[in-house]
Amino acid sequence: MSTIVLPAEIKDASGHGHAHHEPTWVRKYLFSTDHKMIGKQFLLFSMFFLLVGGTLALIVRLQLGFPDHQGGFFQFFAKFFSGIFGKDNFAFNKETGMYGMLDNFYNSAFTMHATFMIFFAVMPFLMGTFANFLIPLSIGAGDMAFPKLNMASFWMSVLAGLLMLTAFVVKGGAAAGGWTSYAPLSAVPDYTGVIWGQNLWLISLFCSGLSSLLGAINYITTIVNMRCPGMSWFRLPLSVWAMFITAILLLLAVPVLASALLLLLFDRTLGTSFFIPAGLLSAGSPLTGHAGGGQVLLWQHLFWFFGHPEVYIMILPAMGLASDLISNFSRKPIFGYKAMVLAIAGIAVLGFFVWGHHMFQSGMNPLLGTTFMISTMLIAVPSAIKTFNWLGTVWGGNLTLKTPMLFALGFVTMFVIGGLSGIFMASTPVDIFIHDTYFIVGHIHYVLFGGSIFSIFGAIYFWYPKMFGRMMNERLGKIHFWISFMAFNGVFFPMHILGIGGMMRRIYDYTQYPHLMRFQGMNAFMTICAFILGFSTLIFIFNFFWSMKKGKIAEINPWKSNTLEWTLAHPIGHGNFPEMPHVFRGPYEYNAPDCPAGMDYYPQSMPPPGWGESKA
Amino acid sequence: MKSKLYLIVFVLITLAVLILPYMLIKVPPVSTVNRYSDYWLPQANSTYAPKIDGMFNTILWITMIVFVLVELGFIYFIWKYSHKDGRKVKYTHGNNKLEIAWTIVPAVILVFLAIFSNSIWSEIRNPNTFPKGAASIQIKPRQFQWDIVYPGPDGKFDTPDDISTINQLYLAYNEPVQIKLKSQDVIHSFFVPEFRIKQDAVPGMPTAVWIVPTKMGDFNIACAELCGAQHYRMMGYVHVVSKDSLTNWQKSQAVPEAPAPVTPAPQDTTTKK
Repeated sequence: MSTIVLPAEIKDASGHGHAHHEPTWVRKYLFSTDHKMIGKQFLLFSMFFLLVGGTLALIVRLQLGFPDHQGGFFQFFAKFFSGIFGKDNFAFNKETGMYGMLDNFYNSAFTMHATFMIFFAVMPFLMGTFANFLIPLSIGAGDMAFPKLNMASFWMSVLAGLLMLTAFVVKGGAAAGGWTSYAPLSAVPDYTGVIWGQNLWLISLFCSGLSSLLGAINYITTIVNMRCPGMSWFRLPLSVWAMFITAILLLLAVPVLASALLLLLFDRTLGTSFFIPAGLLSAGSPLTGHAGGGQVLLWQHLFWFFGHPEVYIMILPAMGLASDLISNFSRKPIFGYKAMVLAIAGIAVLGFFVWGHHMFQSGMNPLLGTTFMISTMLIAVPSAIKTFNWLGTVWGGNLTLKTPMLFALGFVTMFVIGGLSGIFMASTPVDIFIHDTYFIVGHIHYVLFGGSIFSIFGAIYFWYPKMFGRMMNERLGKIHFWISFMAFNGVFFPMHILGIGGMMRRIYDYTQYPHLMRFQGMNAFMTICAFILGFSTLIFIFNFFWSMKKGKIAEINPWKSNTLEWTLAHPIGHGNFPEMPHVFRGPYEYNAPDCPAGMDYYPQSMPPPGWGESKA
Repeated sequence: MKSKLYLIVFVLITLAVLILPYMLIKVPPVSTVNRYSDYWLPQANSTYAPKIDGMFNTILWITMIVFVLVELGFIYFIWKYSHKDGRKVKYTHGNNKLEIAWTIVPAVILVFLAIFSNSIWSEIRNPNTFPKGAASIQIKPRQFQWDIVYPGPDGKFDTPDDISTINQLYLAYNEPVQIKLKSQDVIHSFFVPEFRIKQDAVPGMPTAVWIVPTKMGDFNIACAELCGAQHYRMMGYVHVVSKDSLTNWQKSQAVPEAPAPVTPAPQDTTTKK
């Protein structure tokens, strides 16, 4: 009755017809076409850039916490970071031995922090790592539809990441126009003083977008065509549903970004004027080299037409992963499965009609503001549906608070705050005041860190045994969760208060403004919490690599989960399933009345009693 | 039982982390900067500022209630249904009536919020309902200063009696004024926290805002849109004075031959480095 397959049988299954030879090291670990290896490559890639982005975040917080550059805390860490980014950026004074921070470097730091976190950490975590690893395994497929395209997608990402890192060593420093790169600040090198840093930013994101497109095509094709027998659409785990819809979002949104990036690159390098109007000044004298006639708001429309679906690209898969985790650890089916799927689809569709809410104060026609306010208010409805369904899933369950579940619950509770604070910004008159303040910085971090990253951490703890054959250390995992959860709230909750007090975002030295001086103590507190948060991530990194060698050997199905990947023993061979699996039921049949005796779960591929007989 | 103990400790510490930062706000003595003696929103000193604050508070109450109910719901369920051997799990795939209820209720509340928001939005932003007979001022920001032009006694721009200032904006108390914004280089954003007004100044595309200040005194103009390395220093000053003193000031400044800046850029005196 068991569908569990031992590695020995895998060898037998592929051992006829042609000789099965072990791939070389390069083919196995570097230029692999196996979706599982590519998923792991993306995992290490994203973790590296999570650390890079986190380091830049700490630099930003260091400046905000101690804008007077005084005190041992600032001096100690400024010295530490100057060892990575160069003493020049930290305005090292040889005579006094004191460190400071340059305003332009601060601008580069927050620009690159957002860029790395969004395009090189959260997106590849979700749509690189988990989409690659989970989609074929959960739908019962042997690999992706286009394995070579998959490999190309990863290496295109690596190229993009390297280009983006190079920006720190070129003359003029890295891009300093914000991750949104509003023209004409980003379109004319003289306005920021950044020359090749911004060009590299544009080229790198173009490559990164290409990588996302290759991935998206692959995921869509695989999910549509390669589901195993019995795996109907409504038997897919919600994580796969979310990734499927996200892949469609990527396919529709990324080309718009790519075209905008190219136009901006042309403005910067070829003297075109897509985003540059006539008659501009530069340092007091007329700007030369551009004919003018461009539209400043065109960039914002193009960017946010991509940028808002992008926000959902980063949260929908996280919602899917968290749904899987919450159902599993509650030992209960997910509440309202179809409503969850419809909510994901609803968010995806509405997500294309809300981009203008980033532009309420941009000078866009106020009538459009009304339109976008209504669509933005409406998109809160599917998010509410999802939250209530998670609440319904937890209700009446039997909850085990293992590390993955803690992170999944952390995700849900923090996403509630991020979702509710969004309503303030959706209301156009309130947005007049809180637009471009720290309120929105708090909002985005509650959704992206408390939301996506918590869900990603939970998913890594959950699927680690399937990836590496060992369990991650549970005690370290819990310590990681508790510290991150507290420190996270310590950094980001006060941001709402700062925003309500009127503190603008992207401000190098807010103490210039009398109405912001009162926030110095609060900002210092947030900075210390940010460093604690950074430290807790190091615990995770240590746990990750330590468990690879020393972790407890994992059972085949340590979490007693129903989905197909948990029927395969580690290491899963090339081609995944030695025999085509057959799916008989949905993925969340925990504690179903007809569960086999002694089990509180019912694996998707386990035949019901009497099935083999009727077939015979 | 141990996990329940953890849960209590965890909720308490999180609450402490949420409350502690408030203690760290250092309010300056009332005598020095009396406008900021508040932990919360800055004072509301324009005609529409109290309306925006009203909308803000409405949303705050609604979201607070939802927040407390949902989070308490999670904490209670985590508490009540934490693992126990042999617990009977409620096996259910959902409830369509509940799904419909929690779709419709939020939708109704949100549409209600949108309708109420829109009336305030329309009052502030609809160009057709800008106050009639408002005085006119042009602000042309550039890296990193606010160039401000007053029409002078003749009430017309581009005439010899125009008055130009840098970073100093003079407004009449309780009088409507319309400010035309147009950037000379990159995007800047005109933000006066006490007036609850924020509007991007865009190159190549004029934008406009109107204000009726309801308090005399000095305020700050902040640039709210990243505009380059010294964006943080792009601060201006608003002086709300009586209508008479504004007229007198305009007369004293109107020297047809030399419409030069009256005040040096204040950023030179506030520079730290």
